[in-house]
Amino acid sequence: MSPTESRAVQSQTKERIRHIVREHAGLGNAFDTVDSSTDLYRAGMTSYASVVLMIALENEFDLEFPDAMLSRNVFASVDSIATAIESLQQVEQ
Amino acid sequence: MSTPLRAIELPELAASKAFRQAVDIAAEHAEDVDRQGRFPSEAVAALRSADALSWGVPLEYGGAGAGIDDLAEATFELARRCAATGMIFAMHQIQVASIVRHMADSLWFRNYLKRVVREQRLIASATSEVGVGGDMRRSIAAVTPVSNSAGDMVQFEKRASTISYGAYADDLLTTLRSSPAADSGDQVLVLTHFADMEAKPSGAWDTLGMRGTCSPGFVVRATCLTDQILPASFSSIAAETMVPVSHILWAHVWLGIATDAFSRAQSFVRAQARQNPGTTPPTALRLSELSSRMAEFRALVHAATQEYASLADSERRAALSTIGYAVRINNLKIAASEAAVEACQSALGICGFAGYGNAGPYSVGRQLRDAHSAALMIANDRLHATNAALLLVYREGK
Repeated sequence: MSPTESRAVQSQTKERIRHIVREHAGLGNAFDTVDSSTDLYRAGMTSYASVVLMIALENEFDLEFPDAMLSRNVFASVDSIATAIESLQQVEQ
Repeated sequence: MSTPLRAIELPELAASKAFRQAVDIAAEHAEDVDRQGRFPSEAVAALRSADALSWGVPLEYGGAGAGIDDLAEATFELARRCAATGMIFAMHQIQVASIVRHMADSLWFRNYLKRVVREQRLIASATSEVGVGGDMRRSIAAVTPVSNSAGDMVQFEKRASTISYGAYADDLLTTLRSSPAADSGDQVLVLTHFADMEAKPSGAWDTLGMRGTCSPGFVVRATCLTDQILPASFSSIAAETMVPVSHILWAHVWLGIATDAFSRAQSFVRAQARQNPGTTPPTALRLSELSSRMAEFRALVHAATQEYASLADSERRAALSTIGYAVRINNLKIAASEAAVEACQSALGICGFAGYGNAGPYSVGRQLRDAHSAALMIANDRLHATNAALLLVYREGK
């Protein structure tokens, strides 16, 4: 993949993640202020909502997060989720 | 983070003459503390004399640099004699650990730890709040900047549903929202001195058990420096320190209570056996059953302590924030709280009416009543609900 293509895939991944976050993180109107680096927990995501988000992400990207990745840091922002998903997709390839 | 240095080995701490004295004093006053529902002031004074309130403070600040296993052993020894004293010691050490492990390079907190050592200050906590339905991870009260200050002062008012030994502590660690605009889950921990704040009890503490912890509700109001806010989010303090250390030390309190009940049942069976030399009393079989349950209980508690010790100060510290660890540490709390009640119940079955009486060497009423608090301190149902959600994504053993 060329660097341009790779960046395009990354931004596409983040857009899909944003969509899932909007649907499942339970942020309500606070979602409007979320950018890709916003701390979702500080924005109001509960632990329970984060679990729902994880399941939705596993469905959307057809993958399973290993135990070591199931931590608060990994799901703290759209950016950190994207990094985690990309690293899992690279392993699969 | 400053890593507690280990120089003094456990036997020197928990076996020190001053600590053994504190244990004996806790035993001597346990019944009176329970009956009157009063603070175990004699035992806590003895713990101060033993410098035990600063065991968890790192050596570089003058403490003993005790690890989780040292603190757990001391908690267990105290709780075997007086569960209230054991619980107060445990809760204080939880607050110390939260400060030590999350104060980063805060000068204010470094100086504060030196004061804890010098003055043997007792720290209480206000993590509960009226209106959040028992969820420690949500706050209503918020840290609010003081107008007219140079931006270095904040204030808060919190209605805490319970503050254990609040009327007897020197300092208080309070969970609050990080600002008036912050989400209920965006919390910080603030340390204030009771001498510099208002704290009004909002109810009485007249309970079935754990009567000596004296844990009524309070309305607390304080103004303090921004420096008194621990420089870490409460979510990381909770995941890496407060929750695991609480569950491990509480489990040692409950193991202590159960061990006390077991010892009483064993003394009862031996007294029966002495009455009829050559025959094994029927209660001996029940005691053997209880003995095997106690072995399970100890193994459960010790394994959790070892796992935390291996992760807490290592490069694997991040593992404490994983869902798998959260599930395991919640399981410890649930299992240990249930095991303690079952053990006391079995001991009562063995001792019969001698156990049912409120006095005498075979009485297990106090132990049974104290043990019943275990399932309620952070309700087991809440932990089951949390684990039920976490197990939707966490695949155990994978």
